[in-house]
Amino acid sequence: MDDTKCMVNLAKFYLGFTVDESCGKCTPCRIGTKRMLEILEKITEGEATLEDLERLETLAKTIQKASVCGLGQTAPNPILSTIKYFKDEYLAHINNKKCPAKECKALLSLSINSEKCKKCGLCAKNCPVGAIKGDREHGYEIDENICIKCGACQKNCHFSAIS
Amino acid sequence: MSDLVKLNIDGIDVEVPKGTTVLQAAKQINIDIPTLCYLKEINAIGDCRICIVEIEGRRGFVASCIQQVEEGMKVHTNTKNVVEARKIILDLILSNHNRDCLTCVRNGNCELQTLAMKFNVKGIEFEGAKTEHKIDDLSPSIVRDFSKCILCRRCVSTCKNVQKIGAIDCAQRGFESCISTVGNKSLNNVNCTFCGQCITACPVGALREKDSTDIVWEKLKDEDTFVVVQTAPAVRAALGEEFGMKIGTNVAGKMVTALKKLGFDKVFDTNTGADLTIMEEANEFVERFKNGGTLPMITSCSPGWVRFIEMNYPELLDHLSTCKSPHQMFGSILKSYYAEKEKIDPKKMFVVSVMPCVAKKFERQREEMKNGELDDVDAVITTRELARMIKQANIEFTQLEDSSFDDPMGEATGAGAIFGVTGGVMEAALRTAYETITGKELKEIDFESVRGKKGIKKATIKIGDADVKVAVAHGLSNARKIMDEIKEGKADYQFVEIMACPGGCIMGGGQPIRSSKERSEYDIRKLRADCLYDIDEKSTIRKSHESPVMKKLYKEYLEKPGSHKAHELLHTSYHKREKYDL
Ligand code: SF4
Ligand code: SF4
Ligand code: SF4
Ligand code: SF4
Ligand code: SF4
Ligand code: SF4
Ligand code: FES
Repeated sequence: MDDTKCMVNLAKFYLGFTVDESCGKCTPCRIGTKRMLEILEKITEGEATLEDLERLETLAKTIQKASVCGLGQTAPNPILSTIKYFKDEYLAHINNKKCPAKECKALLSLSINSEKCKKCGLCAKNCPVGAIKGDREHGYEIDENICIKCGACQKNCHFSAIS
Repeated sequence: MSDLVKLNIDGIDVEVPKGTTVLQAAKQINIDIPTLCYLKEINAIGDCRICIVEIEGRRGFVASCIQQVEEGMKVHTNTKNVVEARKIILDLILSNHNRDCLTCVRNGNCELQTLAMKFNVKGIEFEGAKTEHKIDDLSPSIVRDFSKCILCRRCVSTCKNVQKIGAIDCAQRGFESCISTVGNKSLNNVNCTFCGQCITACPVGALREKDSTDIVWEKLKDEDTFVVVQTAPAVRAALGEEFGMKIGTNVAGKMVTALKKLGFDKVFDTNTGADLTIMEEANEFVERFKNGGTLPMITSCSPGWVRFIEMNYPELLDHLSTCKSPHQMFGSILKSYYAEKEKIDPKKMFVVSVMPCVAKKFERQREEMKNGELDDVDAVITTRELARMIKQANIEFTQLEDSSFDDPMGEATGAGAIFGVTGGVMEAALRTAYETITGKELKEIDFESVRGKKGIKKATIKIGDADVKVAVAHGLSNARKIMDEIKEGKADYQFVEIMACPGGCIMGGGQPIRSSKERSEYDIRKLRADCLYDIDEKSTIRKSHESPVMKKLYKEYLEKPGSHKAHELLHTSYHKREKYDL
C-alpha cells in the first residue's frame, strides 16, 4: 500500500460508504457503523484516547458477528485490518496527536522555521483567515488557534520555511 | 421422516416439532432469551439482534427468534461472547434513545427499560449523535414520539399484516431510518383508522394515546360542573391488570368505588348504553329484514371500523347501521332524558367515557356526534388513562371495596356486557331480534358459533320461518374480506358484526399494554373474553329488551325503538372520507 496514505483516514473513507449503504434494518449495522465512524472521526481529529481505540475494536468485532447481512458483517473489516497492521498509525494519532501521513488536517501543525524565513511576509498576505501575525522587522508566527490548516502559506513560501 | 427435531440448548437435550424457532425451543426448557423486536404471531424479523445466540459451527451470532431448529444443533444462549454482544447492542439502541423515563408514559411498563435493568446498564458506552424527530400529535387519538422509537417495526407489522392498513412503514435508510407515513404526514392525514393496535404492539413509549386526563381533572375540580362518567364493558375486564391483578379479573366494583373517590358526581355503566344500542339496532335490523331494506346490515359501534369503511368502501355506507355507538347513545340520553329528569342544565354537564379504545377519542369529536350544540360525550379516556388517574390520586385500587353503578341507569344486562368481545354485539342483537320477530321466548341464548377467536365466524340462525345468515369479523384484515364479498355480490348474509380490533374491544388500542413475553405466555384475549362471558352468564337479565331500565326509558321518553325521538338522539350518519390529505 501507498505509505503516504493515512490508514486511519482510509478506514474512515471506506466506512463512510457502508454507513451510507446500511439499509437500517438491524441494530449493529444501523447504529454501530455510525458509532464506529464517530470514533474514527474523533481519532483523526486528535481527540481520541486509547480507551476509544479499545471501544472501536470491541464494537467492530460485535458488528461483524451480530449483523444480519454481508454489508454489516464486512463493514468493520477495514478498521480491524488497519488496526492489526498499522496500529502505530492509530497510536500516533491518539498519543502524539500526529498524522504520520500528514493527511488528517486537524492534526497538521504548521510553523515557520525562523532560520529559513526571510521575513518576506508572503505567507501572511496569503493566509485567508489572518492567522499569521508579525511584521517584516520581527518575523512571522502562525497562531494555531486561528489557523485552519489550508496550507496556503506553505505553498506560497519561496524559501520552504513553513512545515 | 419424523416431524420432531432433536437439538441441544445449553447442554440440555430437547425435542421439538420441525419449524420451531430456537427461541421457542429454549422457552420449552425454561431458558429465557431476551427479545425486543419479536412479538408472537405478529413480528419475527430478526432485526434488533438482542436475542442472538451462538450455534456451534456458525461463524456469526444467530437471531433465535427467526432461526428454526435443525437436527443435532448445539446452541449456546448465555456464553460470555453472547452476553457481551447483547450488552453492546442494547447500548447502541440506548445511545440513540431519548432516555427520559421519568416523564415517559411507559415508565414502569417498558420492554427497553426492563432490558436495561436486566442487563445492569450503568452508563452508555457508545454515546453519539441522535436522530431528530418531530412529535406527531395532530390526530385526536394517537401521539407518536420517535425520539423513543427503537425501530423494532412491531407497529409496522401490526398495521400492515394484522390490520392490512399499511398506514405506517419504515422510511429512509441506515442511521436515518424511521417509521413514517405517506409523505411523512401526520397519522391524522393518512389512511390510519385510529384503531390503536400499533400502540399496544409498541414495546416503548414511541406510540401512545392522546392524553385527555387534564381536562377531566379540571372539570372534576370545578364545582359548577356536573361530571358524569360511564365505563365500557371491556374496561372492567382489564383495568385490574394495571394494578398487578390477574388477567381477566372483573374489577367493576372496585372501579366504581375508585371513580367515586376521584370525585365523579355519577358513575354509570356503558353496558346500559349497549342495551340501548341493541334495542335500536335489533329494531333496525328487523325493519330492514321485513321491509326489504339494505342488507346485510353491518354494526356501527366500532369507530375504528367506521373510519375504515368511510375511507375504503364509501359506496357501501348504506349497509352500516345508523345506530350511534353505545357510549355516544348513552351520552346523548344523559344530556336529555337524565338531565330533564334530574333537573340538571345539560350545558353544565360534562360526560366522560372510559373506553378500551383510542378511536373513540376521534368518534367523540365527529360533527355527527352532537345533539344540537351539545356534544354527546365531552371527553374520552382510555383504560390506561383511568389507571393513571387512580394512581395519581393515591388510591390503593386492589384494597378497594366494591360498589355498584348509580341508579337510575345502573343495572345493565348480560347482553350489554358481551359487547366488548367479538361476536358479542351479534349475540346480544340476536337474542332481542329473535324474540321481536317470533314473539316467542328464546331458550338457547348462547350463540357459541359467533364466539371465539376465528377471524371470520359465520352462522345460520333459524328465526321463525326464516334462516338468518350472519357473519362476525374482527380485525380490519377480516373486515376487508367481508367487504370485498359484499362488494362483489358474493355475500348472502343479512347481518354482519365488525370490530376493528382483533378480539374486539377487550383487545382495544386503549387497553393495558402487555409485554411481548406476557403475550407469549398468556392467551390475553381469551382471559379477558371469559371475564365478560362470565358476567353475562351470572346476570339475572341477559336480554336487552327485558331490562327494566330500557322499559322505563322507552316508556317515559323514547316511546319505542326507531321512534322520531330515538332517531334524533341515538342515530347518526356517515360520509366518504379521503384516505390521504397530502
Ligand atoms: S447488516 Fe444488512 S440488514 Fe443489517 S442494517 Fe446493515 S445492510 Fe441492513
Ligand atoms: S495554513 Fe492557511 S490558515 Fe494556516 S497560517 Fe498558513 S495560510 Fe494561514
Ligand atoms: S420508552 Fe422506556 S426506556 Fe425509553 S424513556 Fe420511556 S420508559 Fe424509558
Ligand atoms: S392506529 Fe391502526 S391503522 Fe393507524 S397506524 Fe396504528 S395500526 Fe395502523
Ligand atoms: S414506534 Fe414502537 S413499535 Fe413502532 S418501530 Fe418504533 S418502537 Fe417499534
Ligand atoms: S373494536 Fe372496540 S376498541 Fe377497537 S376500535 Fe372498535 S370500538 Fe374501539
Ligand atoms: S432479533 Fe430476535 S428479538 Fe429482535
